[in-house]
Parts: sequence; C-alpha cells; structure tokens
Amino acid sequence: MDPLTQWIAAWKIPIGRWGREFFDFLTTNFAWLFDNLASGLATVLDGMAGFLLWLPPSVVVVAVAVLAFLLQRSWKLALGVAIGLLFIVNQGLWKETVETLVLVVAAAAASMAIGVPVGIWAAHSERVYQVLRPVLDLMQTLPTFVYLIPVLILFGLGAAPGLIVTVIFASPAPIRLTYLGITSVPKPMLEAGHAFGATRNQLLWKVELPAALPSIMAGLTQCIMLSLSMVVIAALIGANGLGKPVVRALNSVNIPLGLEAGLAIVVLAIILDRMARIGKEGER
Amino acid sequence: MRPAVDFRAVDIIFGTDRERAAALPMVDAGASRAEILEKTGAVLGCAGCDLAVERGEISVLMGLSGSGKSTLLRAVNRLNKVARGEVIVHDGDWSASVVNCSESELRKIRRECVAMVFQQFALLPWRTVAENVGFGLELSGVPAKERQERVMAQLELVHLEDWAGKYAHELSGGMQQRVGLARAFATEAPILLMDEPFSALDPLIRTKLQDELIELQERLKKTILFVSHDLEEALKIGNRISIMEGGRIVQTGTPEDIVLRPQNDYVRDFIANVNPLSVLTAWNVMRDARDLKGAGEGWLWLDRRQTTRFKFDENMLVVDAERDGQPAIWVSCDNTEELPENKPKVYWAHAGTSLKTVMQAMHQSETAPVAVFDEASRFLGAIGVRDVLKAIVRGSPGED
Repeated sequence: MDPLTQWIAAWKIPIGRWGREFFDFLTTNFAWLFDNLASGLATVLDGMAGFLLWLPPSVVVVAVAVLAFLLQRSWKLALGVAIGLLFIVNQGLWKETVETLVLVVAAAAASMAIGVPVGIWAAHSERVYQVLRPVLDLMQTLPTFVYLIPVLILFGLGAAPGLIVTVIFASPAPIRLTYLGITSVPKPMLEAGHAFGATRNQLLWKVELPAALPSIMAGLTQCIMLSLSMVVIAALIGANGLGKPVVRALNSVNIPLGLEAGLAIVVLAIILDRMARIGKEGER
Repeated sequence: MRPAVDFRAVDIIFGTDRERAAALPMVDAGASRAEILEKTGAVLGCAGCDLAVERGEISVLMGLSGSGKSTLLRAVNRLNKVARGEVIVHDGDWSASVVNCSESELRKIRRECVAMVFQQFALLPWRTVAENVGFGLELSGVPAKERQERVMAQLELVHLEDWAGKYAHELSGGMQQRVGLARAFATEAPILLMDEPFSALDPLIRTKLQDELIELQERLKKTILFVSHDLEEALKIGNRISIMEGGRIVQTGTPEDIVLRPQNDYVRDFIANVNPLSVLTAWNVMRDARDLKGAGEGWLWLDRRQTTRFKFDENMLVVDAERDGQPAIWVSCDNTEELPENKPKVYWAHAGTSLKTVMQAMHQSETAPVAVFDEASRFLGAIGVRDVLKAIVRGSPGED
C-alpha cells in the first residue's frame, strides 16, 4: 500500500461502531416498546392466519373467488382464482400459502396506510418532498439484508420483523405513486375546484384523490408485488409462509420442493394482482 | 347603479415577494413587461387596470396572448392574487373586496357570486355530466334532491338533458363546453367569468355557442366578463370591449367606439381586418340633422350633392320629400312590399339598423341618401354615400 492510501485508511470513520451503539442504545432503552410491538403484531398476524386455517380450505377458496367476482365483476377471474387456490391445496402448501397471504395483505395494507397519506403530504409540501426523496431512495436501494440485522435485534424472530422489513421495502412505491398522482392532477381541474369554492378537504376528496386514483391503485398493485418478493427474505428471519419451503429447498438442493413452492408464490401473485386492479378498468 | 365588478388600479405581478416589491416602482414608472422581467425577475401580469363591469352586461377583455386579459379575469375570484389595487364584487346589496377578504368570504364569492367557464372545459372525467354540473352545488352543500332538480333544469337550458348519465369524454368538444356552461349557471351566481370559453372549439361550433350564449343572456341577464383573443367574437357578443396590451388596458368602449374611434395605433392595427359592416349601425355613420344644410321653407338637404330633400313639421316629422326636383316617397329599409315604379324613392332606417342594410337600400335607390328616424318617426339625420365610404375606409391614410 502506498503511504497516501495507508494514511487515509488509518483514519477509518467508525460508521459501523456508531450504528451498533445506536442500536445498543435502542435495545437497552426501548426494548419494552419493540417487544410489545412485536408481540402485538405477531398476535394479529397469527390470529388472522389461525382463523383462516381453522376454516376448511374449500370454504376459504370459495370466499376468495366470490370476493374476486365482487371486485372485478368477472366470472372468468373468479373461476381462475378458485382453480389457482385449489392447485395450491393439491400441492399440500395450503398452510404456508395462507400464512404468506396474511403477511402480504397485512404488509400491503400497512404500506398503503402509510404511503398514501405521506404521498399526499409530500405532494402538498415541496419541503416535505425534498426531505423524503433521499429517504425513499435509501429505503429502496439499501440491500434488504443490511436492515434485516437490526430489525432482527430489535424485534426478534417471527412474523412481526417479517412484516416490518416488508413494509420498509414496499411502502416507497405507494408513496411515490401517490405523490406522482396528486402532483400531476391537471391544473384546470384544480382551478375548477378553487373557482367553485372548494375547501382544502373538498379539493382533496373531490378533485385530487379521484384524479390520482389510477396512480394510487398502481401503487397498490406494485406494493403487493414488492411484498410478495420479500416472502423468501422474511422467511430468513423466521416468518412462516411459502418462503420457508423455498429456503429449505435451497439449503438441501431440493428441486421438486423449490418448484412447488415457487409455483405457489407465482399463483398467489397473479391472483392478488388481478384482484387489486381496480384502477385500470375502473378508470372509466 | 353600482357596477357588479369593479377593478380599481389593479396590478398583478408574478414572482416572489421580494421581486414583487422591486417591480412595483417600475410599474408606476410605466416600464414594459420585458424591462421589469430583466431588472427584477418578476413577471408583470396586469398594470393599472381600471374597469367597471356593469350589472347585466357582457364586458369583453380582448387582446393577444400574453396581454394579461386572462390574468385580470382571474383576479375576480382570486385564482390570481392582486399585488396592488382593489377588485370589488357586488351582489345585490352585499359586496366584498376580493383582494383582502377572509377565506370564508372568498368561499362565499366563489360559491354564490362568481362562477367560471374554462377554456379547456376543466370537467372532471370520473364524474357524469350531471355530476359535473352539480359540482358547485355539491361543494356548497346543497342537498342531493334539490341538486338533482337544479342540475336537470340547467341541462335542459343547454339541451343536454339526454346526456346526463354520460361521462365527459363521451361528448364532443361543443357539448363538453355546454356542460361547463351549465355547471357555471347551476350555482345561480350573478357574475360569470368566461376565459376564452369557445377558443378550443372549431369555428362552426364556436359560432353556434356564441349565438346560444347571446340567447341565454337575453333570458338570464347575467353579468359576464368574457376573455377573447378574437375581435369578431368580442364585437359580436360584447356590450363593452376593453383592449389590452402588455398588461395594460389601452381602450375601453362599445364595439362601435372601438371600430370608429380607435385611440392608438395598437387598437387601429387590431381592428384593421374587422369587417365594419357587421358592427356599425346607421346611427354610427349618419350626419346629424343639425349639420344638414337648409333648403328653405322647412326643407333640409339630405346630401351634400343636394339631390334629395325632406320637408318637416315642427316635430321633425316628414311631411314631404323631393328627389331630383320630383316628389318622392319615403320607404323603410326593411320594406318588402311592392313599390310604385314611377315615383322616386328615398329609404329610411332606424338608428340601430345595420350598415349593411343601409347600403342595400342605397344601392336600390341608386345612391340616394338614406334618412335615419327614431322610434317615434322623428328625423335624426341622414347618410350619404360619402358617409358610408368614410366609415368603411376609416383609419386609412388621409382620413380623420
């Protein structure tokens, strides 16, 4: 090593140590908070999964198919949903699929619950957006494994940390798309709202949100897909579901198991995507 | 009577507070928009605009793009903020200063006093036609049942009752703008702002909607502030026209005023290509009775060439007429009946008769002058060939 490089490397900035100290600080002082949060989330997720697993699979299959029909008014879709789910039952992956479904739906719901209001806020305040943009970039580019470690430390193993990493990974999509949808509402429409005396709330609910709805719905489908892509990673920190067999298959080079579990994830992805597509046909 | 909308020395400047403050003295010094932009970075929207829009009239703001006409219009419901000056809106006995009223007063103005029609229609595509028309009422919290009745009444007014359940994009441009009109009428606001409402439409539809607007206006008697870049349109529908250039009003007047007495070269250029026949009336071109030359014993020469003369009683009613020394009959310009061939004819018009009709009459009577009578058949003045020519070639070199 040349002296200059040596000199530069001699002054290593202790980022890693700072990070550890920060998380040590969090665990020693706020352990109660994270523990309660983790057990609370786990109770909710396990409760929902437990209820769905308590019902006979055929009942759940019919219920989901009916829901698909109610959302999209399409017999074809309802039939496809039923066939897809029956295929999963046939492959013996029903329990894992239900656990994954609960995790994905919960993560998508949480991401939307965070993403839409934050997106609206950012769209209305340039300053908020300026602060938010690098944070979103960080959330989307930071390798997932990097924040798996602290989340694991803070929340332990199980469904709760799985949910949290999924939300971290998936929520930037609805934030960005909501922001995009609201900021690209045509100016004349906003002016029409103002000209007829809309209050801020009326403008939001009667002009901005309806105009941004296609974009927000695109955020929802993206959010679901991103959540599904986290299933395997969530399995690494102990979240139950279809990720588990995939990880097991990977560790034991088990081609049949990997294929079955992988196909089940694909089927679930297609079903959720088709059911959540309200924006596209609903555009009118 | 107080005007419905009163602009008092309105300046509108786009830019930061600091830029605006720097620009104001330059506005006072009469600097142009380009100078202000270069020195301060602020964009001058309007400067020193004074205008009173009377109740029930159509006042047209007229100018090329960038002349500040839309900017001024938008000050009425504060879509644009006024930097200095006053905009007062009167509704019956109630009045408010738009520039510095409270949020709730502004909402009252926007919901109850001033409605707006947009150039690009600005309909909400996820709403049906009926829901679009009811938009303003919905914002004001009008109950659904009453709203529905009022919406249907407005749709009938613009002949769209069969389209209530359709979405905006299913309608043609002309129909979409009718929806825009109905939406504005629905709030029953007495003042209507129309920002180039017909500019985005093709010429045939535009003419049709202009006619419909004039017809509706006769019934509804709204106060309309109308922005246009099309002088023909302005002359057709306006009771009063304000020509704008570079953010300033250069001339305000009736359509005939603008055409006959342009105050500067800018206005003159503007009206150079306008067909005066569609604007001018007999009243605008006639020579007043008091300026006519007497021919003795109660007779007056109607023309300079002294070919035609009328005899009047003490009430200025015509008792006798003579043309080229022979007794003549006097006939209305609008006359369609068969006339005796052997007698010379002199046509007469009312003050409001169009110049075109006067010229036709002149042609039929082989260039005899045309007399102008008021509603009680009293003589007002006369139009000779020279008066017509002068009105048509106005503004040409050697004229005035």
